[in-house]
Amino acid sequence: MTQSANRSGTVERTGTAVLPWGANGFFGMMPIIVGIGFAVLLHFVLPKSIGPYYSRIVTDVGIAIILAVSLNIVNGLTGQFSIGHAGFMTLGGYVAAFVTYYVSSILWESTTRHGGFLGSGEWLFLFSCIIGGIVTAIAGYVVGLPSLRLRGDYLAIVTLGFGEIIRVILQQTGKVIDPEAVKSATWSQIIPPPVGGAVGFDGVPKYTNLFWVYTIMAITLVVAYRLKSSSVGRAMISVREDEIAAQAMGVNISREKVRSFVIAAFFAGVGGGLYAHEPGVIISPNDAGFQRSFDYVIMTVLGGRGSISGVVIAAAILTALPEFLRDFAEYRLIVYALLLIIMMLVRPQGLLGIHEIWNLRRKPKSPPIAEEVK
Amino acid sequence: MSDFTQTLITAIAIGSLYALIALGYTMVYGILKFINFAHSDIVVLGAWSSYTFSNWLLKLIGVETKGMTTPPAIWVAVVVLVLSMAFCGVVGFTIERLAYRPLRRAPRLNVLITAIGVSLLLQNVGQLDQVFGASPQKMPQLLPAAELASFTFGEGESARKVVIGLVDVMIFVTASSLMLLMQYLVFHTKQGVAMRAVSYNTDTAALMGIPVDRVVSITFVLGSVLAAAAGFLYVMKYPSLNQPAHTIWVLLGLKAFVAAVIGGIGNVRGAVLGGFVIAFVEQFGAFYISTNYRDVYVFVMLILILLVRPGGLLGVTTREKV
Repeated sequence: MTQSANRSGTVERTGTAVLPWGANGFFGMMPIIVGIGFAVLLHFVLPKSIGPYYSRIVTDVGIAIILAVSLNIVNGLTGQFSIGHAGFMTLGGYVAAFVTYYVSSILWESTTRHGGFLGSGEWLFLFSCIIGGIVTAIAGYVVGLPSLRLRGDYLAIVTLGFGEIIRVILQQTGKVIDPEAVKSATWSQIIPPPVGGAVGFDGVPKYTNLFWVYTIMAITLVVAYRLKSSSVGRAMISVREDEIAAQAMGVNISREKVRSFVIAAFFAGVGGGLYAHEPGVIISPNDAGFQRSFDYVIMTVLGGRGSISGVVIAAAILTALPEFLRDFAEYRLIVYALLLIIMMLVRPQGLLGIHEIWNLRRKPKSPPIAEEVK
Repeated sequence: MSDFTQTLITAIAIGSLYALIALGYTMVYGILKFINFAHSDIVVLGAWSSYTFSNWLLKLIGVETKGMTTPPAIWVAVVVLVLSMAFCGVVGFTIERLAYRPLRRAPRLNVLITAIGVSLLLQNVGQLDQVFGASPQKMPQLLPAAELASFTFGEGESARKVVIGLVDVMIFVTASSLMLLMQYLVFHTKQGVAMRAVSYNTDTAALMGIPVDRVVSITFVLGSVLAAAAGFLYVMKYPSLNQPAHTIWVLLGLKAFVAAVIGGIGNVRGAVLGGFVIAFVEQFGAFYISTNYRDVYVFVMLILILLVRPGGLLGVTTREKV
């Protein structure tokens, strides 16, 4: 078992603190409130000071963090190996974009931005992202249930196949209906879903901004961190460390696996919603391909499987760095591949291993990730 | 009826390709218990090195590749096949030596991640302009586009011709002779006994004096050689060569892996059976249901098999013990 999970302190806090009614909830919400404050600050200060190009990179970093941290719940915390995260992301993105596009066509008869900051359009956008997350979570359940009962490497193949299936199915979808023509659409236009086919879903209203990305990122981080130190999270970690021992202790391993899979899929779907509504992005079936999935896998592996802060750092660096090294774009994946191989040879637990960055200086008493039982 | 027969012929040809690739997956899985993700990239390497070797060889014997209509003598194809098999064997050996051998005692997940790393590396090094380049190419025609036999079904207006092409037959013959060779090697030679022993229990095999590292190396080389042959035969059938990191290659490798899983991973005969099952599902599904979803059928098939018989058609389900 990891020491860091025991040391995080959540258990003591909820056990001893006697606070007036509601205060516990308030203090519990503090990290999210701080995160939202940070997001507001970013939203109003950053674009003015560094310009649109760099704020776009900061937005991309936020989305990458949401996806990498959610993938880390499956790959790091539960010790499974999913390589179809981009499939979930794209599915969520398409569902969210579908809801926003067609609801705003029906309500406002146009798909341009409606309302300003926190205006009605943005609330519709938030709602559609959550719908995207829920649909993706259901898909995660459907995919996870058969494959998670099997050994880890089958999961890798099934998730990879899932991403490809999503890509193929999305390529067969119909043409996007113009906002003016939505109300008079015929059934033949609606089946298959009119989300653009192989060229991508163009014309999605561009609601994604730094505020929403960083608010949702804060929620993702808080959920991931609280999950890691909760009893559910410890059950997941026990599955990672030793499935047989975990089962002997009464942990239902397939339930924990499916649970982590569904949670990760939900956040991937929400992240996909943010991606689909990002200015300058046209979400297309190719986003579901394995290449993007590998990007997120590399982030979790480099950051440290199970370390949330490590994955955040890796996601930020790996997203921002290629933007500054555009001249070497064709070497990017070669460097990533070499990083993966060398990392596995030299430091297989990732940069931070299973620790958080603020725990690094305390020497762990337990050994690192246990060797697999032969 | 004619459509059925034509689909059947294609399915047999494609099935023997899948079986060849699946053999490589299943042998490595049987011995090292991990999915060699880089195996599909060895197939790509086989295809692209055949392209490079045949251009080089044709230039050497003074045949103009541009606008070539008549194929060169048959030995050119054989030499190209042997060259690319040898080249891929060397690459497979090197990969095992440098990337996988140091991880022999590491958790399986680490080896899997390394394999993905190797796969990405091969794809993207192949995409460099100095290597194969990132644009599709046209494979020079090495085999004559002859029809070996053709049948006519029906009469008058509804008559349809079914063609058995030379390429299909060559694929089937080459693939099945390689598979029979494999079968002989694994079940009737001393080397095969060593391979099966290592697969059964590595530590005990080592105690019995079997050089485990050498057996693993030989397995990798054999798998890569078969993959190279599959890559060569694939471009003989589909001469338009996609760039190394194209999705089509990844899908080819994935389907072959699915074939290995369906047959029962680790089982040599299962891989061959799985290859044909997958090809039949894919080709008949594409013909009778819809071409657009041909990749989907294979994965649906995989999930169904995993639900009903997790060990695969010919595999045995083993319970994990402490």
